[in-house]
Amino acid sequence: MSEITPDLVRHLGVLARIQLTDEEVERLTGQLDVIVDNIAKVSEVATPDVAATSHPIPLENVFRPDVPQAPLTQQQALQNAPEAEDGRFVVTAILGEEQ
Amino acid sequence: MSDLIRLTAADLATKLAAGEVSAVEATRAHLDRIAAVDGDVHAFLHVNQNAEAIAADVDRRRAAGEQLHELAGVPLAVKDVLVTTDMPSTSGSKILEGYMSPYDATVVSRARAAGLVAIGKTNMDEFAMGSSTEHSAYGPTRNPWDLERIPGGSGGGSAAAVAAFEAPLALGSDTGGSIRQPAHVTGTVGMKPTYGGVSRYGAIALASSLDQVGPVTRTVLDSGLLHDVIGGHDVNDSTSLSKAWPSFAAAAREGATGQVLKGLKVGVIKELPDSGFQAGVSQSFRESLALMEAHGAEIVEISAPHFEYGVAAYYLILPAEASSNLAKFDSVRFGMRVIPDGGATVEDVMAATRAAGFGDEVKRRIILGTYALSSGYYDAYYGSAQKVRTLIQQDFNSAFAQVDVIATPTAPTTAFKFGEKVGDPIQMYLNDVATIPANLAGVPGMTLPSGLASDDNLPVGIQFLAPAFEDARLYQVGAALEALLVDQWGGPLLDRAPELNGGAR
Amino acid sequence: MAGDALMDFNKALELYEPVLGFEVHVELNTATKMFSSAPNPANEANHDAAPNTLVAPVDMGLPGALPVVNAEAVVSSIKLGLALGCSIAESSSFARKNYFYPDLGKNYQISQFDEPIAFEGSVQVELSDGTLVDIPIERAHMEEDAGKLTHVGGSTGRIQGADHSLVDYNRAGVPLVEIVTKPIFGAEHQAPELAKAYVATIRDIVLSLGISEARLERGNLRCDANVSLRPRGQEKLGTRTETKNVNSMRSVERAVRYEIQRQAAILAAGGTIIQETRHWHEDTGETSPGRPKSDADDYRYFPEPDLVPVAPSRQQVEELRASLPEAPVARRRRLKTEWGFTDLEFQDVANGGIVAEVEATIAAGASPAAARKWWTGEIARLANAQEREIADMVTPANVAALQALVDAGTLTDKLARQVLEGVIAGEGTPQEVVDARGLAVVSDDGALIAAIDEALASQPDVLAKIRDGKVQAAGAVIGAVMKAMKGQADAARVRELVLERAAQA
Ligand SMILES: [Mg+2]
Ligand SMILES: [Zn+2]
Repeated sequence: MSEITPDLVRHLGVLARIQLTDEEVERLTGQLDVIVDNIAKVSEVATPDVAATSHPIPLENVFRPDVPQAPLTQQQALQNAPEAEDGRFVVTAILGEEQ
Repeated sequence: MSDLIRLTAADLATKLAAGEVSAVEATRAHLDRIAAVDGDVHAFLHVNQNAEAIAADVDRRRAAGEQLHELAGVPLAVKDVLVTTDMPSTSGSKILEGYMSPYDATVVSRARAAGLVAIGKTNMDEFAMGSSTEHSAYGPTRNPWDLERIPGGSGGGSAAAVAAFEAPLALGSDTGGSIRQPAHVTGTVGMKPTYGGVSRYGAIALASSLDQVGPVTRTVLDSGLLHDVIGGHDVNDSTSLSKAWPSFAAAAREGATGQVLKGLKVGVIKELPDSGFQAGVSQSFRESLALMEAHGAEIVEISAPHFEYGVAAYYLILPAEASSNLAKFDSVRFGMRVIPDGGATVEDVMAATRAAGFGDEVKRRIILGTYALSSGYYDAYYGSAQKVRTLIQQDFNSAFAQVDVIATPTAPTTAFKFGEKVGDPIQMYLNDVATIPANLAGVPGMTLPSGLASDDNLPVGIQFLAPAFEDARLYQVGAALEALLVDQWGGPLLDRAPELNGGAR
Repeated sequence: MAGDALMDFNKALELYEPVLGFEVHVELNTATKMFSSAPNPANEANHDAAPNTLVAPVDMGLPGALPVVNAEAVVSSIKLGLALGCSIAESSSFARKNYFYPDLGKNYQISQFDEPIAFEGSVQVELSDGTLVDIPIERAHMEEDAGKLTHVGGSTGRIQGADHSLVDYNRAGVPLVEIVTKPIFGAEHQAPELAKAYVATIRDIVLSLGISEARLERGNLRCDANVSLRPRGQEKLGTRTETKNVNSMRSVERAVRYEIQRQAAILAAGGTIIQETRHWHEDTGETSPGRPKSDADDYRYFPEPDLVPVAPSRQQVEELRASLPEAPVARRRRLKTEWGFTDLEFQDVANGGIVAEVEATIAAGASPAAARKWWTGEIARLANAQEREIADMVTPANVAALQALVDAGTLTDKLARQVLEGVIAGEGTPQEVVDARGLAVVSDDGALIAAIDEALASQPDVLAKIRDGKVQAAGAVIGAVMKAMKGQADAARVRELVLERAAQA
């Protein structure tokens, strides 16, 4: 059995910024428990001597010359905005502080 | 039904170039077909109102003597995961309903530059999470072979569109099989290129280290033609390969002669075929192998001991990357915004929007991915999954030291019925057992129809895998087998699909 | 505001040893952003752009967008790493730092985690009494800046009480190098001064490398100061606070002093320090509590799949090393000799953090003495009065131009001070201010002679005294003439002419 609990799922919901109902927390707890039991087997073969692969095809030093290209226009930038004011995006009050 | 829609893209292109057919006629024929059958199939989320005007422009340029690309004037269906400036791009999600991108995906701009006519955006599982297109926020796509069955996923829309003759060509994206598994269940051809072979710029990211864009077609040659248009280096994608690729259409044409089969070593994975594959699927697979053997190929048993960990590794890496990629859908700059009652903070608005805008499967995977990355769990889960990735690459390397290509059935079963697996994530995830290793390792994979399953008369696909960068080999081998099979069948497999009646859009 | 209890600074130092640490963010002045080709607002050329006009899709986190690393930003980062005495990584990689905040378009910051471009260095800082301190550098890593939030409603434009906020993504994606020190011990009473000297040294370094505009007021350089106290004789480090985004050198010094006094008062009263971020308030000279560290600080770092490693060749690193300007302390010693300053004179300049300004002023043509006089005198006085950063008051070129006008006799010292005020007020170059305000010395002898004759005529007794050889009586006439000329005359020339005219009258 894995360690998935309703409290953990609720915490993950906060980290992922998804408001979860109690019913969803309960359902997800059960489902994640089963899924995690099934995928935890990766640790069976992931011994310390095996290197991790983050990129399927290894490349390095891919750069862009420092030459400006036309940016989006302000109109393009704002065209999908749920709400805009003075050329900027509007969000409701912010409680927490920046990181 | 107009004959124009049953032409392969290659044949339609020939008629366009010869002036026998205009691009407007070809486009109108496909729009008519969409109007006639897409009410049932629901392959499209959006049909391009400007398609005829775009086609008319191609005709004008051709009439003016302009040197056009071989495929100019051929209609193209575009998976909704790809952003387009002239049509909404939603990735199958409510959270992006009506979203208009200020730029085109690279593959879309390359297709436009070649004169292909983008006729619409195709349905998909929300954010490409799923194997049945049942997770689309806009309702499922139906399999043209049996409207009660799934068309595969996530790219069920693109596969169904070409299978139902609504478009000769389509674009898809494949993170764990989303091009290949839908092709398998719809009797079509699907190609996942080598990772980096086709630009991901403008493909709404699911799992960045696994995603690849590729062609969805009815023939191997058509796939090569489209692949030649969309492939190659893109400065906007840092993981794009700068290698010069051979022509895949040429590889397909050469392969169709069958010469490639002589002495070809085809690897069959010892551990794979017996792990719960439907009898009719296994049988079709064995018959294709026998046919290749009869034409000079050598079947070699190989071992890939770590493939069985592939699904587990995939369901850690994908949710982890997806949880980060999908964080941008937060109601600030674009997309849905839900404001809860009473003095909400921006945090509340984001959480409420994401609760309302994402479907169950998306939430499930974001929560899973958030878990896999959180401190304390990273090494056991995400870190281990990355090591499995290395082991699977090693399995491929030792296999390709012995064989030229690997063959597998593309998926364990033929098209299943709606609702059959949607409540059981693990069963749904196992659909991708044969396709996932290619994404984890970055190698190319192609599926083409191998026939109908003897037990349910539904299409089955055979998958070929090649070493990284050897995409052309898949076109040669795929076209060789395709030629033998079509010859045996006396015509394309899709000729045996039932007529679609009614279901006007 | 906070109204914290503070312990006397000297008393605090008797009881506790302060341990410091700094994280300085440097905005690079490359032409484009870290991961997009949008113009970089941290480059002087793009400083005043309208909101959301310097954004590419990736800076806003638009669906489908991908980052591509700016080659020049990497070069700047390596140079900075080398100047900090760091080793440059053989292979360095990017990672995603995941957290939701509306100024962060993707809701993750592309940064570096376990493989920074530069690590393990040391930088020498000189205090006002000539003490040299080695600051140990842990790492310098590349990352991207976030956008800018403006809080609307509420009283002070602060986050608390704001009704809503506005987001401008111009700054999102500006290339940053974050320099992190190891814990710094032994600064004792000089801890606040060391903080200021460290930031001044970083500023000197980036200016001499030419990689940043380094204007603290604009946030080109931002310092987070970590302060902890431990009781004398105790081995274990105390709990630290991190005072964020202190945007002037004066403030860094004051903030460190404040935190030492505040923490000492809490500890002496038997309290405990909470590990938290704190905010510096320029107006009240206090820090206030921000976010406590919590498990919400789970950033779920993982390797950025959209970017590949940066592996600078050893040859490139050595070439960059060879191109480095001399270290700040060595440079100061050299400049002191070149300029012929006494210890005291040079300390004035060094402690004012204006070595670079004086150097540039001399390079623009002023004498060392004149450059020092302006920067340590009138400019420093005005900066202090206006509570502004001295370097942001006026350009060295304008100071040199001002002195040139004095040297040419166009301005008296007194007039020059008026012109300086005009330049600082943004009225233009010194010549433009002279023209606009009509401040030039009257050098037309005709006008002076007319005024002198008039003054002599109206004061016959004075004229008589001058003729009698009582030359000092001329002062009254000179005063009248200067008054008539509104001070815009060269007093020495007036005196000459007065004596001449008196002799002839
Ligand atoms: Mg930091
Ligand atoms: Zn930072």
